[in-house]
Amino acid sequence: MNLNVAQIREQFPILHREVNGKPLVYLDNAATTQKPQAVIDALTDYYTQCNANVHRGAHYLSDEATRRYEAARKTVADYIHANRQEEVIWTSGTTEGINRVANGVAQRLKAGDEVLVTEMEHHANLVTWQQACKRSGASLKVVPINEDGSLNIEQFHSLLSDNTVFVSMPHISNALGTINPVKELTAAAKAKDALVMIDGAQGVAHGAIDVQDIGCDFYAFSGHKLFGPTGIGVLWGSYEVLQDWPVWLVGGEMIATVSYQDATWGELPNRLEAGTPNIAGAIGLAAAIDWLQQFDAADILAHEQALLAKATKLAEQTDGLTIVGHADNKIGVLSFILDGAHPADIGFLLDKQGIAIRTGDHCAQPLMKRLKVPGTARASFTIYNTLDEVDKLFEGINKARLMLA
Amino acid sequence: MNLPNTDEIIDDLEFLDNWEQRYQYIIDLGKALPGLPESQHKEEYLVRGCQSNVWLISEEKDDKLLLHVDSDAVIVQGLLTLVMAAYHDKTPEQILAFDIDNYFAQLDLENHITPTRGNGLRAIVGKVQQLAKHSQA
Repeated sequence: MNLNVAQIREQFPILHREVNGKPLVYLDNAATTQKPQAVIDALTDYYTQCNANVHRGAHYLSDEATRRYEAARKTVADYIHANRQEEVIWTSGTTEGINRVANGVAQRLKAGDEVLVTEMEHHANLVTWQQACKRSGASLKVVPINEDGSLNIEQFHSLLSDNTVFVSMPHISNALGTINPVKELTAAAKAKDALVMIDGAQGVAHGAIDVQDIGCDFYAFSGHKLFGPTGIGVLWGSYEVLQDWPVWLVGGEMIATVSYQDATWGELPNRLEAGTPNIAGAIGLAAAIDWLQQFDAADILAHEQALLAKATKLAEQTDGLTIVGHADNKIGVLSFILDGAHPADIGFLLDKQGIAIRTGDHCAQPLMKRLKVPGTARASFTIYNTLDEVDKLFEGINKARLMLA
Repeated sequence: MNLPNTDEIIDDLEFLDNWEQRYQYIIDLGKALPGLPESQHKEEYLVRGCQSNVWLISEEKDDKLLLHVDSDAVIVQGLLTLVMAAYHDKTPEQILAFDIDNYFAQLDLENHITPTRGNGLRAIVGKVQQLAKHSQA
């Protein structure tokens, strides 16, 4: 079955607006995805029909809000194949999830310990570990990439040592689109008794995630890259690891008993979720997942690969254009540079034509330095993009090229 | 260097009626600006924009501020030329008296020179005004 992309686009109100007098061509999906009406409705419905604080009210609305909020947790747990729904911890997004874990790890790190990350990290999965290592005296090891933007697997194995206590890596690179073989790498790290975290900010947007199959200890992602609201994210951790994980925020909701001088912590997930949570965000994210699940995952994948294949082909036919990141296993992202043109210039001139892309270092300054580019222009594709939009992108690029020549 | 003055720029842009022509004009201005030699692309001269870099060197001569600017993006370079037209080789009093917001509004470059755009243009304007205040004091 093929996706009916026209019908999908109908469900995204924002895709019908114009930008700079042109129909919007939105190709910045790796930064954030647009929201289907179902998600917008879920947020509106929550605030118009059901708003109340969760877990503590002695009234009807609070019960209903709590039911919807906990049902959302169940939806996420099922979607990522968690063992149990208590393993799903709400956060504000991927960055918070990684920070929470890094801060916990930092308390346990000591000099001589090693943390492994990769050259393709987003700053969120680099600065976190770099700072955790600085605080504890542990050392940060960085697995290099190959020239094509794939991870150097041999180097991964050789940098993995008996001193490696933690490995954190992206499921999919935001700047290059490279898909990492996280299951295989996780198994290697677990064989050294290291804990493993996957930065799933990009991974979650391209198909169903199975955290048990990957075998990692932590998987973090953001709702807004999955057609959900901003400000809600998920940190999944295995129950065994999370149950005695250092608490990160203390206060209401997360305690069992409190006296003036002492307190005891509640059970998961509450012990890691102090304060009133982003209830509407959680419900909105569940609505996004429900919406997405009406489609066949294989159809979505095939559509995204068709978009990338066409974009890659047109890119290869464009004089002076160099694709940055050619890994065999990649998805969703065409990162490129043009001879004699700064990425910012390309971005400006595409924007004037109604085409939204991202330009710059993609929050990956060390990676850009490694690739010896000042930054790239990045078009990123998702379920609602069309092959026609890929054509428009290249008409836009060619126009920009001529203007800048 | 022979920079167009602000009135010439306003007139030129007014004459161009589609965005392609207007931006081609900005690009051509950017290409004509001499910029700075690579050796002057120093951290101390860098004004950070989010997407592209801008370097600014200033000197005082005969009570006027001489400005030398460069960017790695040609459109930003062109936009810098617009700023240079307003501020280069002017006295601090002239710089501070110049209504830059009104000038930008007259150029009508839509959202290109709003503060939220990460091209460092506003940062340059702020920096030049600061230099002018400093040299006045």
